[in-house]
Amino acid sequence: MQTTILEQRAEQIHRKGDAPFSISCDKESLAGAVSQRACVFCGSRVVLYPIADALHLVHGPIGCAVYTWDIRGALSSGPELHRLSFSTDLQEKDVIFGGEEKLYKALVELIDRHQPKGAFVYSTCIVGLIGDDLEAVCRKVSKEKGIPVLPVQSEGFKGNKRAGYEAACKAMFRLVGKGDTSSISPHSINILGDFNLAGETWLIREYFERMGVEVVANITGDGRVNDIKRCHGAALNVVQCSGATMDLAKMMKDKYGTPVIRVSYFGIEDMSEALYEVARFFNDPKMLERTKNLIREELAVLTPRLEKYRGALKGKRAAIYVGGAFKAFSLVKAFRLLGMKVVMVGSQTGTKEDYEELEEITDDGTIIVDDSNPLELSAFLKEKDVDIFVGGVKERPIAYKLGVAFCDHNHERKEILAGYRGMLNFAKEVHASVTSPVWRFVPRRNK
Amino acid sequence: MKIKTAPKNKFVSTTNACKLCRPMGAAIAFRGVENAVPFLHGSQGCATYMRRYIISHFNEPIDIASSSLGEKNAVFGGGPNLKLGLDNVSAKYKPSLVGVATTCLTETIGDDAPGLIKEYFRERSDKTDLPELVNVSTPSYSGTHMEGFHGAVQSIVEQLADENVAPHDAINLLPGFVSPSDIRYLKEVMADFGRAATILPDISETLDGPALREYPLIPPGGTPLKQIHAMGGAKATIEFGPTLDPNKTTGTLLEQKHGVKNHLMGLPMGINETDAFFRVLELLTGKPTPERHQAERDRLVDAYVDGHKYVSGKRAVIYGEEDLVVGLTALLAEFGIHPVLCASGGNSGRLKEAIQAVTKDILPEQPLIREGHDFYEIAALTEELKPDLLVGHSKGYPMSRKLDIPIIRLGFPIHDRLGGQRLLHLGYRGAQQIFDLIANAMIQKKQDRSSVGYSYM
Ligand code: SF4
Ligand code: SF4
Repeated sequence: MQTTILEQRAEQIHRKGDAPFSISCDKESLAGAVSQRACVFCGSRVVLYPIADALHLVHGPIGCAVYTWDIRGALSSGPELHRLSFSTDLQEKDVIFGGEEKLYKALVELIDRHQPKGAFVYSTCIVGLIGDDLEAVCRKVSKEKGIPVLPVQSEGFKGNKRAGYEAACKAMFRLVGKGDTSSISPHSINILGDFNLAGETWLIREYFERMGVEVVANITGDGRVNDIKRCHGAALNVVQCSGATMDLAKMMKDKYGTPVIRVSYFGIEDMSEALYEVARFFNDPKMLERTKNLIREELAVLTPRLEKYRGALKGKRAAIYVGGAFKAFSLVKAFRLLGMKVVMVGSQTGTKEDYEELEEITDDGTIIVDDSNPLELSAFLKEKDVDIFVGGVKERPIAYKLGVAFCDHNHERKEILAGYRGMLNFAKEVHASVTSPVWRFVPRRNK
Repeated sequence: MKIKTAPKNKFVSTTNACKLCRPMGAAIAFRGVENAVPFLHGSQGCATYMRRYIISHFNEPIDIASSSLGEKNAVFGGGPNLKLGLDNVSAKYKPSLVGVATTCLTETIGDDAPGLIKEYFRERSDKTDLPELVNVSTPSYSGTHMEGFHGAVQSIVEQLADENVAPHDAINLLPGFVSPSDIRYLKEVMADFGRAATILPDISETLDGPALREYPLIPPGGTPLKQIHAMGGAKATIEFGPTLDPNKTTGTLLEQKHGVKNHLMGLPMGINETDAFFRVLELLTGKPTPERHQAERDRLVDAYVDGHKYVSGKRAVIYGEEDLVVGLTALLAEFGIHPVLCASGGNSGRLKEAIQAVTKDILPEQPLIREGHDFYEIAALTEELKPDLLVGHSKGYPMSRKLDIPIIRLGFPIHDRLGGQRLLHLGYRGAQQIFDLIANAMIQKKQDRSSVGYSYM
């Protein structure tokens, strides 16, 4: 199978046990390889997308906007402006003579039409080339319309998704500090890095509220411009996921001194640890007591219901390929809780530290891979005789083509995967796919 | 009917576009050539987005390689990355053809793709196993995915069809962007006429394949390169594309350069348009329409009669790619539906004429025709027109939901249902399926809203 791995890619693949550990990541994707990676714009777009009362205008040709129309299942409890796809749809003459005028008019038109609380203007590859002054146009419109209009420097070619996260955070950071914080409780947090897919932020918020913690802003799930403006009033930033919103937390730490903890809400262990960490931070025995009770209650419901799935899934082999490495850690633990073996794990944008941590928590022989491609992934699935593959939309057909079960861990999911309830959903989904009778018919099982 | 909504294209901004970007159409077309890999010359993001979009419709893997340009390349030119990318794709996939489409980025920095490719061949002249290369210019700031699709087909023929090919009996069939199921149907028709055909592109297997034991480097199927090289010697070309510029189509190119007579026509959708297609086939093969197709036509007439009352006079909004909109309009009109709005994100300037041509002796009143429209505009018009049904791809769903009007999902993309790749639009058979779908949608609507919930129609 080694033939499917381009020589230049060998350093981005590691097999645990082939010590010493070394993996090369943070490389630009190789020309000609079919990377599963996206671009800077994509990173910015997914982070800011759930801010539901903001206008999200993509300045560029049509594709970048149309491929991101209603792309995430990020729910809103109120306005749903984020679900529309706005574009300046640049034409040839704009490319030649510049797109500033069109951008200005489009912004004014859309702000008048939708009365948003703020606007994000995304720059795409060709805007970076034709040299439109986004900053100036945004400043002008902001003044005229009296709302924040924020440029997002997300030219696609200027790096990968992670650079896009940073650009998004920079844009949001310009909102922070602009709102009134006087009524905020000392026991307060911001939830960073959860996007309210299928309503996950609501679930997490509910847990924190049961503990007696005030949530000032969800960034960005079910997000609101005005919440972000006052989020510097929170006592703590609770950041999920490795990349997406960490930069914002860092900027807030530098400027406002807001402490940061990193958590994951996926799987029983990580979810409970997240709640405990917050309780420990506030150092309030009553809160700690409430947290313990909450977890006890949730587990009392969950554990017996999980049992059925654990029995059926014991010993099955799982492969993981997701965007961020943090998600991968949680998935490894969640599979373990179900009695399953993780035989391959990889991510699009992990850092060296991430991969070191993965190396630590996985078993010998596990393949660890950075920025993989369909050919490699399919080779790994076969080599490890995988029973279920977890990934996003682009990974699904690879699994299905080979007749391998699949679990969607993507941005469009319709079922909550976070929290205690999410663990049950996850087990259900894995179980539903792995135990389906359809695999009897696929060539792989008909040797 | 008076429409309050202002004339077309009054807005500067685009909301929920009813079109896709140009390289995506090219990638799909290249995917329909045997042992070919689509390759985007541009940054990584575009290729990834397109793959995701295509996968969500076809449920099939689609590898689109990219030259993955970074910031440096954007300044100094993408040539080195293009060449390196071609080397890597060739080494890994062993393709017979690499279809290179440019993107907004490389068009804007002014990379000369044809020149770079020539250079590439010169520099690698010692190698014997290089794939053939076809390049197409696809800046998205002019044109839609359909221009990309047709452009790629044209480039394939322009750059690969050999000159002075000995005349042979095959017929060239250029179907446009139809479904894998449609292509399978066309193959069957050609086989039943007993005539070899070069169908370009042929996505019937490459984008609708079986579960496999080995992940294929490149999925099997697609138009054989050998046949493409010989297209210039074919007996004739049949090209579907009522809104294409008749002077600039691929069929025209084959006619002008190779002397292969072209028959440019609408998609064979519904009885009238399918009759026209079969007439041309009869003419070219000298054979009558094979019996089973005649039988399909007869049963279709019978079905129209059985069901006509449920659809008669119902008002429809039809949207999507221009050629498909024309075909759907012809089909719906002939069984008694009144299309009230035909809209597209495309901007050929020929939609109105094409629709008139297929409906003028059927429809008492011409529908509104709108080119270059997005869903914001289409939804506003729809709200005023209050049609009974919407017909088009799945991106019309938000409008259907908001206005509580049933939607019949056809064309591309279908992102919220299974089986987009299996939808059959063409021929008497396709018309039969679409007729049943629409009539049943109307029946269901009435049944669901009835206070008694009757159990006979
Ligand atoms: S830059 Fe052009 S080619 Fe790339 S996604 Fe955007 S519109 Fe399509
Ligand atoms: S790489 Fe550039 S052009 Fe392509 S989708 Fe990303 S921002 Fe748009």
